[in-house]
Amino acid sequence: MHPTLTHFLVLGAVLFCIGLYGALAKRNAIAILMGIEIMLNAVNITMVAFSFYNPVKPYSTFLTGQIFAIFIITVAAAEAAVALAMIIAIYRKRNTVDVGEINLMKW
Amino acid sequence: MATLLFWVIAIILVASALIVVGARKIVHSAIALVAVFAMASGIFLLLNAEFIAIVQILIYAGAVTILILFALMLTRTSNQNETTNPNSKGWGVALIVSALVGAGVIFAITFGRSLVQLGGLATAYGTAKACPMPTNNVVYIGMLLYSPSCYSYVLPFEIASLVLLVAIVGAIVIARED
Repeated sequence: MHPTLTHFLVLGAVLFCIGLYGALAKRNAIAILMGIEIMLNAVNITMVAFSFYNPVKPYSTFLTGQIFAIFIITVAAAEAAVALAMIIAIYRKRNTVDVGEINLMKW
Repeated sequence: MATLLFWVIAIILVASALIVVGARKIVHSAIALVAVFAMASGIFLLLNAEFIAIVQILIYAGAVTILILFALMLTRTSNQNETTNPNSKGWGVALIVSALVGAGVIFAITFGRSLVQLGGLATAYGTAKACPMPTNNVVYIGMLLYSPSCYSYVLPFEIASLVLLVAIVGAIVIARED
């Protein structure tokens, strides 16, 4: 017996809210980035599960969920590279990665 | 068998995700992140998505984790005994918000109409035909990404390569010492 679609969707939802908590509650900018990566992974699991359980005949052969997951992985890699470059640049200027202390643009 | 495998992978996945958000030292979070990515790859294997499972191992468990560890190495501030992964002051609010979001999504999943029920409502449009499906998932993903003759995602794929180029140049420009 194979697990149903609901199993994978609930797993994705649980993982998503763990990542959301990490992104909201942490002070270290790199920890926030880790939370975002977990959230993106949760979305990928949901996408691939939808692709696997798609019953509609012409669309299930297009594997749209898996292709979406590939593009999400691409954009997530680009996002991680740019975000870590920004964190390193900020660290060089301000000597901190604490998002509570990076408040130059706060009003 | 697959259900047992699913539960084992899911429990390890959620536990290591909790370690990522809960560890007191951020290096431990980064190590637990490897376990999260590897277990997500196992979930993809359960869903017959071999290509995405391999890409997940290569890009996430390989590249992104190394990138994060390098960023941790370059931004080390505090001394040995201090916690390097502190919570912000509003972490209780964050807990409530994420729990509410999770409860809402799980409610919608379990009590909403199932995809199978909605499947009868969808009708085919256009004349797009997929290539004949080979048994190998990697071959089929390659056809879907590159094929010029039948249904494929060539244009989004090229745009994604442009995004990667811009990200490479942007990361170098931002992180450059001047």
